[in-house]
Amino acid sequence: MDSKRRDFLKIAGLTAIAGIAVPTAFNSLLKGEAIASEHGEAAAAAGGHGAAAAKTGKRYGMVIDVKKFTENPGLADKCVSVCHTIHNVPDFGNKKDEIKWIWVDSFKHVFPDDSSQYKQPEGLNSLPILTLCNHCDNPPCVRACPTQATFRSKDGIVGMDYHRCIGCRFCMAACPYGARSFNWRDPRGKDANGQPFIKAENPKFPTRMRGVVEKCNFCTERLAIGQIPACVEAAAQSKALVFGDLNDPNSEISQVLKTTFTIQRKPSAGTHPSLFYII
Amino acid sequence: MYGKGRIIPALILFLGVMTSPMWYKSGDLSKLPKPEKPKDYTECVAPTAYMRTSHMVLLNQWRDDILREDGARTGKTPNGTEYVRSLQNGCMKCHSDKKKFCDTCHNYTSVKPYCWDCHLQPKEAM
Repeated sequence: MDSKRRDFLKIAGLTAIAGIAVPTAFNSLLKGEAIASEHGEAAAAAGGHGAAAAKTGKRYGMVIDVKKFTENPGLADKCVSVCHTIHNVPDFGNKKDEIKWIWVDSFKHVFPDDSSQYKQPEGLNSLPILTLCNHCDNPPCVRACPTQATFRSKDGIVGMDYHRCIGCRFCMAACPYGARSFNWRDPRGKDANGQPFIKAENPKFPTRMRGVVEKCNFCTERLAIGQIPACVEAAAQSKALVFGDLNDPNSEISQVLKTTFTIQRKPSAGTHPSLFYII
Repeated sequence: MYGKGRIIPALILFLGVMTSPMWYKSGDLSKLPKPEKPKDYTECVAPTAYMRTSHMVLLNQWRDDILREDGARTGKTPNGTEYVRSLQNGCMKCHSDKKKFCDTCHNYTSVKPYCWDCHLQPKEAM
Protein backbone atom coordinates (compact mmCIF):
# COMPACT_ATOMS: atom_id res chain seq x y z
CA MET A 1 0.00 0.00 0.00
CA ASP A 2 2.15 2.79 -1.23
CA SER A 3 -0.60 4.85 -2.86
CA LYS A 4 -0.19 8.53 -2.29
CA ARG A 5 -2.64 10.92 -0.78
CA ARG A 6 -2.97 12.60 -4.20
CA ASP A 7 -4.07 9.31 -5.90
CA PHE A 8 -6.53 8.55 -3.11
CA LEU A 9 -8.16 11.96 -3.44
CA LYS A 10 -8.43 11.52 -7.22
CA ILE A 11 -10.24 8.19 -6.88
CA ALA A 12 -12.50 9.52 -4.13
CA GLY A 13 -13.46 12.51 -6.28
CA LEU A 14 -14.22 10.39 -9.34
CA THR A 15 -16.35 8.01 -7.27
CA ALA A 16 -18.34 10.90 -5.82
CA ILE A 17 -18.97 12.36 -9.29
CA ALA A 18 -20.01 8.97 -10.65
CA GLY A 19 -22.29 8.39 -7.66
CA ILE A 20 -24.17 11.62 -8.28
CA ALA A 21 -24.09 11.65 -12.06
CA VAL A 22 -25.26 8.11 -12.86
CA PRO A 23 -28.61 8.15 -10.95
CA THR A 24 -29.30 11.68 -12.21
CA ALA A 25 -28.67 10.59 -15.77
CA PHE A 26 -30.92 7.55 -15.31
CA ASN A 27 -33.71 9.61 -13.78
CA SER A 28 -33.68 12.20 -16.50
CA LEU A 29 -33.66 9.48 -19.15
CA LEU A 30 -36.61 7.66 -17.54
CA LYS A 31 -38.54 10.91 -17.15
CA GLY A 32 -37.96 11.73 -20.76
CA GLU A 33 -39.38 8.36 -21.69
CA ALA A 34 -42.44 8.85 -19.47
CA ILE A 35 -43.16 12.26 -20.99
CA ALA A 36 -42.79 10.84 -24.46
CA SER A 37 -45.25 7.99 -23.75
CA GLU A 38 -47.75 10.36 -22.13
CA HIS A 39 -47.72 12.46 -25.26
CA GLY A 40 -48.26 9.36 -27.32
CA GLU A 41 -51.31 8.30 -25.29
CA ALA A 42 -52.81 11.77 -25.33
CA ALA A 43 -52.37 11.92 -29.08
CA ALA A 44 -54.00 8.52 -29.51
CA ALA A 45 -56.94 9.49 -27.30
CA ALA A 46 -57.46 12.72 -29.17
CA GLY A 47 -57.26 10.89 -32.48
CA GLY A 48 -59.75 8.26 -31.35
CA HIS A 49 -62.48 10.48 -29.97
CA GLY A 50 -62.08 13.78 -31.76
CA ALA A 51 -61.70 17.14 -30.10
CA ALA A 52 -64.80 16.97 -27.91
CA ALA A 53 -64.00 13.48 -26.51
CA ALA A 54 -67.67 12.55 -26.74
CA LYS A 55 -69.04 10.24 -24.06
CA THR A 56 -69.30 6.68 -25.26
CA GLY A 57 -71.15 3.79 -23.74
CA LYS A 58 -74.19 3.88 -21.53
CA ARG A 59 -74.80 5.79 -18.36
CA TYR A 60 -78.14 4.96 -16.81
CA GLY A 61 -79.91 7.71 -14.94
CA MET A 62 -83.29 8.63 -13.55
CA VAL A 63 -85.49 11.70 -13.29
CA ILE A 64 -87.75 11.83 -10.23
CA ASP A 65 -90.75 14.13 -10.67
CA VAL A 66 -91.65 15.07 -7.10
CA LYS A 67 -94.80 16.96 -8.25
CA LYS A 68 -96.29 13.74 -9.60
CA PHE A 69 -95.55 11.95 -6.34
CA THR A 70 -97.33 14.74 -4.46
CA GLU A 71 -100.34 14.29 -6.75
CA ASN A 72 -100.37 10.50 -6.13
CA PRO A 73 -99.82 10.11 -2.38
CA GLY A 74 -99.53 6.31 -2.30
CA LEU A 75 -97.20 6.02 -5.26
CA ALA A 76 -93.87 6.42 -3.46
CA ASP A 77 -94.71 3.69 -0.96
CA LYS A 78 -95.75 1.44 -3.82
CA CYS A 79 -92.37 1.94 -5.50
CA VAL A 80 -90.58 1.17 -2.24
CA SER A 81 -92.55 -1.97 -1.52
CA VAL A 82 -92.20 -3.31 -5.09
CA CYS A 83 -88.43 -2.88 -4.96
CA HIS A 84 -88.03 -4.33 -1.50
CA THR A 85 -90.22 -7.32 -2.35
CA ILE A 86 -88.43 -8.40 -5.51
CA HIS A 87 -84.99 -7.88 -4.00
CA ASN A 88 -85.69 -9.77 -0.77
CA VAL A 89 -84.95 -6.70 1.36
CA PRO A 90 -85.68 -7.58 5.00
CA ASP A 91 -87.89 -5.44 7.24
CA PHE A 92 -86.44 -5.53 10.75
CA GLY A 93 -89.21 -3.31 12.08
CA ASN A 94 -86.98 -0.65 13.62
CA LYS A 95 -85.09 2.37 12.31
CA LYS A 96 -81.75 1.33 13.78
CA ASP A 97 -81.46 -1.89 11.78
CA GLU A 98 -83.39 -0.62 8.75
CA ILE A 99 -82.32 -1.87 5.31
CA LYS A 100 -83.37 0.37 2.45
CA TRP A 101 -82.72 0.36 -1.27
CA ILE A 102 -85.23 3.09 -2.04
CA TRP A 103 -87.00 5.22 0.56
CA VAL A 104 -88.92 8.40 1.28
CA ASP A 105 -87.44 11.26 3.29
CA SER A 106 -88.24 14.93 3.80
CA PHE A 107 -86.92 17.64 1.46
CA LYS A 108 -84.67 19.16 4.12
CA HIS A 109 -82.97 15.80 4.67
CA VAL A 110 -82.66 14.93 1.00
CA PHE A 111 -81.42 18.39 -0.02
CA PRO A 112 -79.64 19.69 3.11
CA ASP A 113 -77.49 22.19 1.22
CA ASP A 114 -80.37 23.89 -0.57
CA SER A 115 -79.46 27.56 -0.83
CA SER A 116 -82.98 28.96 -1.12
CA GLN A 117 -83.67 28.62 2.57
CA TYR A 118 -84.87 32.17 3.23
CA LYS A 119 -87.72 32.53 0.76
CA GLN A 120 -89.16 29.17 -0.13
CA PRO A 121 -92.60 27.70 -0.61
CA GLU A 122 -94.49 26.78 2.50
CA GLY A 123 -94.16 23.17 3.53
CA LEU A 124 -91.17 22.56 1.27
CA ASN A 125 -88.94 21.33 4.09
CA SER A 126 -91.33 18.55 4.99
CA LEU A 127 -92.15 17.62 1.37
CA PRO A 128 -91.68 13.85 1.02
CA ILE A 129 -89.06 12.94 -1.57
CA LEU A 130 -88.47 9.47 -2.99
CA THR A 131 -84.77 8.76 -3.12
CA LEU A 132 -82.37 5.92 -3.84
CA CYS A 133 -78.73 5.30 -4.72
CA ASN A 134 -77.50 8.07 -7.04
CA HIS A 135 -75.28 5.73 -9.10
CA CYS A 136 -72.71 8.51 -9.15
CA ASP A 137 -70.38 9.05 -12.08
CA ASN A 138 -67.65 9.61 -9.49
CA PRO A 139 -68.71 7.27 -6.69
CA PRO A 140 -66.92 7.80 -3.36
CA CYS A 141 -68.11 4.41 -2.07
CA VAL A 142 -66.17 2.64 -4.83
CA ARG A 143 -63.00 4.50 -3.88
CA ALA A 144 -63.49 3.66 -0.21
CA CYS A 145 -64.11 -0.07 -0.66
CA PRO A 146 -60.94 -1.98 0.28
CA THR A 147 -61.97 -5.22 -1.43
CA GLN A 148 -63.48 -3.85 -4.65
CA ALA A 149 -66.75 -5.42 -3.59
CA THR A 150 -68.50 -2.33 -4.88
CA PHE A 151 -67.67 -1.11 -8.33
CA ARG A 152 -68.93 1.05 -11.18
CA SER A 153 -69.86 -1.06 -14.17
CA LYS A 154 -69.71 -0.03 -17.82
CA ASP A 155 -73.33 1.11 -17.94
CA GLY A 156 -72.79 3.54 -15.05
CA ILE A 157 -74.46 1.38 -12.41
CA VAL A 158 -72.69 1.24 -9.06
CA GLY A 159 -73.04 -2.42 -8.25
CA MET A 160 -72.05 -4.71 -5.42
CA ASP A 161 -70.60 -8.18 -5.24
CA TYR A 162 -71.84 -9.41 -1.88
CA HIS A 163 -69.39 -12.32 -2.00
CA ARG A 164 -66.52 -9.88 -1.59
CA CYS A 165 -68.06 -7.57 1.01
CA ILE A 166 -66.29 -7.87 4.36
CA GLY A 167 -68.70 -5.55 6.15
CA CYS A 168 -66.18 -2.84 7.00
CA ARG A 169 -68.78 -0.13 6.20
CA PHE A 170 -66.21 2.27 4.73
CA CYS A 171 -68.62 2.71 1.81
CA MET A 172 -71.39 3.76 4.17
CA ALA A 173 -69.10 6.40 5.65
CA ALA A 174 -68.09 7.52 2.16
CA CYS A 175 -71.59 7.77 0.68
CA PRO A 176 -72.95 11.31 1.14
CA TYR A 177 -76.52 10.14 0.51
CA GLY A 178 -77.02 7.38 3.07
CA ALA A 179 -77.89 5.01 0.26
CA ARG A 180 -76.22 2.01 1.88
CA SER A 181 -77.49 -0.19 4.68
CA PHE A 182 -75.67 -2.69 6.86
CA ASN A 183 -77.12 -6.04 7.81
CA TRP A 184 -76.71 -5.94 11.58
CA ARG A 185 -79.00 -8.96 11.86
CA ASP A 186 -79.51 -12.09 9.82
CA PRO A 187 -82.01 -11.14 7.11
CA ARG A 188 -83.16 -14.77 6.94
CA GLY A 189 -84.07 -14.69 10.62
CA LYS A 190 -87.41 -14.28 12.38
CA ASP A 191 -88.68 -11.61 14.74
CA ALA A 192 -89.94 -12.16 18.31
CA ASN A 193 -93.35 -13.26 16.98
CA GLY A 194 -91.83 -15.84 14.67
CA GLN A 195 -92.48 -13.75 11.56
CA PRO A 196 -89.64 -13.85 8.99
CA PHE A 197 -87.97 -10.50 8.25
CA ILE A 198 -88.39 -11.18 4.53
CA LYS A 199 -92.16 -11.48 4.24
CA ALA A 200 -92.25 -13.28 0.88
CA GLU A 201 -89.01 -14.51 -0.63
CA ASN A 202 -88.52 -13.94 -4.34
CA PRO A 203 -87.00 -17.27 -5.46
CA LYS A 204 -85.35 -15.61 -8.48
CA PHE A 205 -83.16 -13.27 -6.40
CA PRO A 206 -80.74 -14.04 -3.57
CA THR A 207 -80.98 -12.63 -0.07
CA ARG A 208 -78.00 -11.17 1.75
CA MET A 209 -76.33 -12.47 4.89
CA ARG A 210 -75.53 -10.88 8.20
CA GLY A 211 -72.49 -8.58 8.07
CA VAL A 212 -72.68 -7.25 4.52
CA VAL A 213 -73.66 -3.83 3.20
CA GLU A 214 -76.40 -3.65 0.60
CA LYS A 215 -77.89 -1.06 -1.71
CA CYS A 216 -79.95 -0.41 -4.83
CA ASN A 217 -78.56 -2.09 -7.95
CA PHE A 218 -80.70 -0.09 -10.43
CA CYS A 219 -82.37 -3.44 -11.20
CA THR A 220 -79.40 -4.59 -13.25
CA GLU A 221 -80.90 -8.11 -13.27
CA ARG A 222 -84.07 -6.73 -14.89
CA LEU A 223 -82.22 -4.49 -17.37
CA ALA A 224 -80.31 -7.57 -18.55
CA ILE A 225 -83.54 -9.20 -19.69
CA GLY A 226 -84.96 -6.05 -21.27
CA GLN A 227 -87.15 -4.84 -18.42
CA ILE A 228 -87.08 -1.40 -16.79
CA PRO A 229 -86.33 -0.99 -13.07
CA ALA A 230 -89.16 -2.15 -10.82
CA CYS A 231 -89.77 1.29 -9.26
CA VAL A 232 -90.03 2.90 -12.71
CA GLU A 233 -92.46 0.20 -13.77
CA ALA A 234 -94.54 0.76 -10.64
CA ALA A 235 -94.72 4.50 -11.43
CA ALA A 236 -95.18 4.00 -15.16
CA GLN A 237 -98.79 5.14 -15.27
CA SER A 238 -98.08 8.60 -13.83
CA LYS A 239 -94.65 8.90 -15.49
CA ALA A 240 -93.28 10.10 -12.16
CA LEU A 241 -90.00 8.30 -12.80
CA VAL A 242 -88.12 8.51 -16.09
CA PHE A 243 -85.30 6.03 -16.60
CA GLY A 244 -82.83 5.85 -19.47
CA ASP A 245 -79.40 6.39 -20.93
CA LEU A 246 -78.00 9.84 -20.11
CA ASN A 247 -75.37 9.52 -22.85
CA ASP A 248 -77.95 8.96 -25.58
CA PRO A 249 -79.14 12.43 -26.71
CA ASN A 250 -82.37 10.95 -28.11
CA SER A 251 -83.43 9.00 -25.03
CA GLU A 252 -86.54 10.08 -23.14
CA ILE A 253 -84.52 11.06 -20.09
CA SER A 254 -82.20 13.28 -22.16
CA GLN A 255 -85.23 15.03 -23.66
CA VAL A 256 -86.73 15.61 -20.21
CA LEU A 257 -83.44 16.97 -18.90
CA LYS A 258 -83.11 19.27 -21.91
CA THR A 259 -86.53 20.82 -21.39
CA THR A 260 -86.94 20.80 -17.61
CA PHE A 261 -85.00 22.37 -14.75
CA THR A 262 -83.82 19.69 -12.36
CA ILE A 263 -81.71 19.60 -9.21
CA GLN A 264 -79.38 16.97 -7.84
CA ARG A 265 -78.53 15.88 -4.32
CA LYS A 266 -75.43 17.56 -2.86
CA PRO A 267 -73.85 18.62 -6.16
CA SER A 268 -71.05 20.25 -4.15
CA ALA A 269 -69.83 16.78 -3.12
CA GLY A 270 -68.53 16.34 -6.67
CA THR A 271 -69.97 12.87 -7.06
CA HIS A 272 -71.92 13.66 -10.29
CA PRO A 273 -75.13 11.80 -9.41
CA SER A 274 -77.19 10.13 -12.12
CA LEU A 275 -80.47 11.03 -10.37
CA PHE A 276 -82.26 14.29 -11.17
CA TYR A 277 -85.20 15.80 -9.30
CA ILE A 278 -88.02 17.95 -10.61
CA ILE A 279 -89.30 19.78 -7.51
CA MET B 1 -32.53 -49.00 25.00
CA TYR B 2 -33.84 -47.85 28.32
CA GLY B 3 -37.42 -48.93 28.99
CA LYS B 4 -37.91 -50.71 25.66
CA GLY B 5 -40.34 -53.10 27.28
CA ARG B 6 -42.90 -50.29 27.50
CA ILE B 7 -41.89 -48.02 24.58
CA ILE B 8 -42.06 -50.54 21.74
CA PRO B 9 -45.50 -52.00 22.62
CA ALA B 10 -46.76 -48.45 23.18
CA LEU B 11 -45.41 -47.37 19.75
CA ILE B 12 -47.08 -50.37 18.07
CA LEU B 13 -50.34 -49.61 19.85
CA PHE B 14 -50.10 -45.93 18.85
CA LEU B 15 -49.47 -46.74 15.17
CA GLY B 16 -52.30 -49.27 15.23
CA VAL B 17 -54.76 -46.74 16.64
CA MET B 18 -53.63 -43.99 14.24
CA THR B 19 -53.97 -46.16 11.15
CA SER B 20 -57.13 -47.96 12.26
CA PRO B 21 -59.41 -46.03 9.83
CA MET B 22 -57.24 -47.33 6.97
CA TRP B 23 -57.50 -50.96 8.12
CA TYR B 24 -61.14 -50.69 8.94
CA LYS B 25 -62.47 -49.14 5.69
CA SER B 26 -59.58 -49.40 3.25
CA GLY B 27 -60.68 -49.46 -0.36
CA ASP B 28 -64.38 -49.53 0.42
CA LEU B 29 -65.68 -48.04 -2.83
CA SER B 30 -69.29 -48.60 -1.83
CA LYS B 31 -68.96 -45.67 0.57
CA LEU B 32 -68.25 -43.17 -2.23
CA PRO B 33 -70.96 -40.52 -2.57
CA LYS B 34 -73.45 -40.96 -5.39
CA PRO B 35 -75.05 -37.62 -6.17
CA GLU B 36 -78.43 -38.00 -7.82
CA LYS B 37 -78.33 -36.70 -11.38
CA PRO B 38 -81.33 -34.93 -12.88
CA LYS B 39 -83.62 -37.27 -14.78
CA ASP B 40 -84.98 -34.88 -17.39
CA TYR B 41 -81.64 -33.49 -18.53
CA THR B 42 -78.69 -35.44 -19.88
CA GLU B 43 -76.22 -32.67 -20.64
CA CYS B 44 -74.48 -30.25 -18.32
CA VAL B 45 -72.88 -26.91 -19.22
CA ALA B 46 -69.40 -28.49 -19.19
CA PRO B 47 -67.99 -32.04 -19.21
CA THR B 48 -68.61 -34.03 -16.03
CA ALA B 49 -64.91 -34.29 -15.14
CA TYR B 50 -64.54 -30.51 -15.29
CA MET B 51 -67.73 -29.91 -13.33
CA ARG B 52 -66.58 -32.34 -10.64
CA THR B 53 -63.29 -30.58 -10.04
CA SER B 54 -64.01 -26.97 -10.98
CA HIS B 55 -67.68 -26.05 -10.56
CA MET B 56 -66.74 -23.29 -8.13
CA VAL B 57 -64.25 -21.86 -10.65
CA LEU B 58 -67.03 -21.79 -13.22
CA LEU B 59 -69.48 -20.14 -10.82
CA ASN B 60 -66.93 -17.47 -9.90
CA GLN B 61 -66.21 -16.81 -13.58
CA TRP B 62 -69.93 -16.41 -14.31
CA ARG B 63 -70.37 -14.05 -11.38
CA ASP B 64 -67.40 -11.81 -12.24
CA ASP B 65 -68.26 -11.80 -15.93
CA ILE B 66 -71.92 -10.90 -15.42
CA LEU B 67 -71.53 -8.43 -12.55
CA ARG B 68 -68.40 -6.59 -13.58
CA GLU B 69 -67.93 -7.14 -17.31
CA ASP B 70 -71.57 -6.85 -18.36
CA GLY B 71 -71.29 -10.43 -19.65
CA ALA B 72 -74.07 -12.57 -21.08
CA ARG B 73 -76.56 -13.97 -18.59
CA THR B 74 -77.25 -17.04 -20.69
CA GLY B 75 -75.02 -19.59 -22.37
CA LYS B 76 -75.38 -22.57 -24.68
CA THR B 77 -74.31 -26.15 -24.09
CA PRO B 78 -72.33 -27.91 -26.87
CA ASN B 79 -75.63 -29.41 -28.08
CA GLY B 80 -77.26 -25.99 -28.25
CA THR B 81 -79.47 -26.02 -25.17
CA GLU B 82 -79.72 -22.56 -23.66
CA TYR B 83 -79.11 -22.18 -19.95
CA VAL B 84 -79.01 -19.35 -17.43
CA ARG B 85 -75.54 -18.63 -16.05
CA SER B 86 -76.68 -18.56 -12.45
CA LEU B 87 -76.50 -20.86 -9.47
CA GLN B 88 -79.97 -20.09 -8.21
CA ASN B 89 -81.77 -19.78 -11.56
CA GLY B 90 -79.52 -22.00 -13.69
CA CYS B 91 -77.84 -24.91 -11.91
CA MET B 92 -80.74 -25.50 -9.53
CA LYS B 93 -83.20 -25.68 -12.42
CA CYS B 94 -81.85 -29.14 -13.32
CA HIS B 95 -80.17 -30.10 -10.05
CA SER B 96 -83.29 -29.16 -8.15
CA ASP B 97 -82.63 -31.24 -5.05
CA LYS B 98 -79.74 -29.76 -3.08
CA LYS B 99 -79.75 -32.54 -0.46
CA LYS B 100 -79.46 -35.33 -3.02
CA PHE B 101 -77.00 -33.54 -5.31
CA CYS B 102 -74.79 -30.91 -3.65
CA ASP B 103 -74.81 -32.23 -0.12
CA THR B 104 -73.82 -35.84 -0.87
CA CYS B 105 -70.29 -34.93 -2.00
CA HIS B 106 -69.92 -31.90 0.24
CA ASN B 107 -70.73 -33.96 3.30
CA TYR B 108 -68.40 -36.78 2.20
CA THR B 109 -65.47 -34.39 1.77
CA SER B 110 -66.53 -32.25 4.74
CA VAL B 111 -66.77 -29.12 2.61
CA LYS B 112 -69.09 -26.41 3.89
CA PRO B 113 -69.69 -23.87 1.13
CA TYR B 114 -71.69 -20.79 2.15
CA CYS B 115 -73.71 -20.52 -1.08
CA TRP B 116 -77.02 -20.95 0.71
CA ASP B 117 -76.45 -18.22 3.27
CA CYS B 118 -77.66 -15.87 0.52
CA HIS B 119 -78.83 -17.88 -2.48
CA LEU B 120 -82.22 -19.50 -2.17
CA GLN B 121 -82.51 -23.19 -2.89
CA PRO B 122 -85.53 -24.57 -4.71
CA LYS B 123 -88.52 -24.68 -2.40
CA GLU B 124 -89.47 -28.34 -2.86
CA ALA B 125 -86.05 -29.45 -1.65
CA MET B 126 -86.01 -27.37 1.51
